[in-house]
Amino acid sequence: MKVNFVLNQNNVSVDVEHSNRLLDVLRDLHQTSVKEGCGEGECGTCSVLLNGKLVNSCLIAIATVEGCHVTTLEGYRNTKRFEAIKKGFEVSGGVQCGFCTPGFVLAAEAILSENPDPTTAEIRKGIEGNLCRCTGYQMIIDGILAAKNIGKGLW
Amino acid sequence: MNKISESIKRFDFEDKISGKAIYTPDVHIEGMIYAKTLRSKVPRAKIVYIQIPTLPEGYFIVDHHDIPEKNVIPVVFDDQPIFATDEVNYIGEPILLVVGPEKIVILEIMDKIIIEYQAIQPILSIEDAESCSAPFIFKNQPHFVKYEYQKGSFYESVKCAKRVISDEFRTGYQEQAYLETQSMFATYDGHTVCVQGSMQCPYYIVESLKVALGWDESRIRVIQMPTGGAFGGKEEYPSLPGVHAALASIKTKRPVQLVFERQEDIQCSTKRHPTIIRIESYIDENDDIIARDIEVKSDGGAYAGLSSVVLQRTIFSIAGCYNIGNLRVRGTVFATNNVVTGAFRGFGGPQAFYAIEMHMENMANQLEADPIELRRKYFVKQGDTSSTQGIFYDPIVLDLIADEVIAMSDFNEKRLRFKSEKLKGIGCSIFYHGCGFTGAGEAELIKPSVRLKKDKSEVEIFISSTEIGQGVLTTMRKIVASTLDISIDHVHHNYPDSRNCPDSGPTVASRTVLIVGRLLQDCAIEMKKRWNEESFDIIQNYVYPSHLSWDNQIFKGNAYPDYSWGANVVEVEIDENTYEIDVKGIWAVYDIGTPIDSKIVKGQIEGGIVQGLGYAMMEVLESKAGKLSQDTFTTYIIPSSLDIPPIFSKLVENPSTVGPFGARGLGELPLVGVAPALASAVQQAIGTKITKIPITPEDILKEVQS
Repeated sequence: MKVNFVLNQNNVSVDVEHSNRLLDVLRDLHQTSVKEGCGEGECGTCSVLLNGKLVNSCLIAIATVEGCHVTTLEGYRNTKRFEAIKKGFEVSGGVQCGFCTPGFVLAAEAILSENPDPTTAEIRKGIEGNLCRCTGYQMIIDGILAAKNIGKGLW
Repeated sequence: MNKISESIKRFDFEDKISGKAIYTPDVHIEGMIYAKTLRSKVPRAKIVYIQIPTLPEGYFIVDHHDIPEKNVIPVVFDDQPIFATDEVNYIGEPILLVVGPEKIVILEIMDKIIIEYQAIQPILSIEDAESCSAPFIFKNQPHFVKYEYQKGSFYESVKCAKRVISDEFRTGYQEQAYLETQSMFATYDGHTVCVQGSMQCPYYIVESLKVALGWDESRIRVIQMPTGGAFGGKEEYPSLPGVHAALASIKTKRPVQLVFERQEDIQCSTKRHPTIIRIESYIDENDDIIARDIEVKSDGGAYAGLSSVVLQRTIFSIAGCYNIGNLRVRGTVFATNNVVTGAFRGFGGPQAFYAIEMHMENMANQLEADPIELRRKYFVKQGDTSSTQGIFYDPIVLDLIADEVIAMSDFNEKRLRFKSEKLKGIGCSIFYHGCGFTGAGEAELIKPSVRLKKDKSEVEIFISSTEIGQGVLTTMRKIVASTLDISIDHVHHNYPDSRNCPDSGPTVASRTVLIVGRLLQDCAIEMKKRWNEESFDIIQNYVYPSHLSWDNQIFKGNAYPDYSWGANVVEVEIDENTYEIDVKGIWAVYDIGTPIDSKIVKGQIEGGIVQGLGYAMMEVLESKAGKLSQDTFTTYIIPSSLDIPPIFSKLVENPSTVGPFGARGLGELPLVGVAPALASAVQQAIGTKITKIPITPEDILKEVQS
């Protein structure tokens, strides 16, 4: 079937099986920041923003994406908000192996766009669906806390 | 703070934060095809026949017939085949690959392949192996290795004992759970095969390819790609998929990508060894410990792999941070038809320190002694000998470490208070990690070499150490730039490529900064003297320190070239209804010498502690009839952001004499001490003994009800 959606503000049209995973469609469209970590919605490495909400793209059938706005890090990294999150993670040291990082950046955007001044507890809750095996999470949480101050007024 | 400890921006940061870093599964080149592994579904059987359907054009089977030279992965005993030939020994053992352009067609072909097995009675546990008479898995014996060593006059001293305090502990499997699954990519140009992938040890794969292909090293190239976590799980295991991808590429003459699915990865890659550990302490009339008898049994799975080396670390570490004059230590790795166990951050240390520290806790309770003061009485000091009779040449500051952790955590006050507060507890652990290869391994087995190149004002590092998230692309540059006293922007360092990087050894054993970093520092010192020369290379080979010695036959001497030290305190509160453990805080003090980058160090500490927390109380992984029961991220539970307690860590200053700028090894240490401190806290909270990890609410319920 043909599916039309907006990827990082560009109209795209794909001709695929309706049950194909959004994850695979995006990776075929060279969105390699969207990783596969578990394929069952547990790890968050395939996180994307679907109409602004954080979702696991491995659990989304492409047919349901018709007409939606999809944001991956390939698009998001051109924004000022990304620059603030990037600086926050740099200051905190929130990146190690990097495989989970794109998912955490988009999770940070989802948290901050919902609430520009989240508490530590709200950030923990907001990244609950993203697993990281390297950092122990605190340096990622600190990165998001730093980002909200660095990017004050952007959200 | 030493200037080198000041944190800088990681050199891999920009690529990773922006999602531009290309990991192995992200590679896509013209003409690339895919490989998928068909694996044994039974724990032990003869393969009677394999029926392959007619293959569509462009699809291939790759199996043991495609190995030109030797069907073996060279590790320690060379017992593991690349592909099974006529028998399988564990669920998940690779039998063949299906290779071709469309993943969906590959799966259809795999569905149509019929394998007829003739079952053999499997050996499914340590107990099974102990009572097994035949047929054995490994040679004509139930075990891969069996070791024993002694210190002092063990048999004489036990005669003087007035009492014995004994314990038996069990530790479970643990899965590394790197977020990027095992991934390899191979190309073949008619002359050279090139394997790129997710790995810790490029030269392990070079060696495996040499053995499998019988080719000269000039026709073999291995390159590390950005690697999404490793934790030991990408030490020896990637040799299998690395050789598989290479064989597929050589046969098809196409670029081949081989990426594991998560369930496949958990089922068939290596795990941390489950162990059964018994410790007996012999005590005299003054309540002094005069001797210890220790026995370790571990489940090595179907092939020997690195199990012998892992067991060595367990039995050398199991005397703990204590100077007990008389020891008898025995250890056995049993061969079973379970998944192969292997390297995992800590490498046998976490099991050892769980057991010895729980035993110290239990002794303190029985002798009505303060748990830290009892330990302090026996702390090893500079000039003492280790369990293997090697002299500790450098200052050891365990007293300071203990004082700091007591003060930070308010241990004494809480320990006393929780005696009368229900379901609250606090526990401690004191531990070390031997840095670098066991014994004289650095000199005799690894023979590491590094290269530093100067070209006008630019300097480039060539080593085989891999960036696995621990920051090697940053720390090595810092060591070189600081030694040369030049701007770090003039120092270059890329992911290793066997074509131009000498074998500086595997990225394991908390050895990279200590050993490889020191060699680079030595190169840089030499380079600085010749700085007016325009372009030249310096190659530095490891030299075993003349004051150390090691006898690998009787396990006598300096078991490691250096040690890092630590203490943990964990405070818990148990929910009275659900028996869930609420960790209120973890306090940690370490002597890692001089930190090379404070932020990278903090990342290693916090990540290691959380992985240790998972090991202690969350990550249940059990083998039932040879199959792991928890093989997805839904069933195998690693800590999430909601599971982490407040972590307070601190470093004490005690520079190493071995490592560059006084640095010691760090990567593994923070995982090692968490489980015993946590289990001791749970013991205080519920008032009964904890003898296994991970500790689940079900275990606590059982203890409380009994």
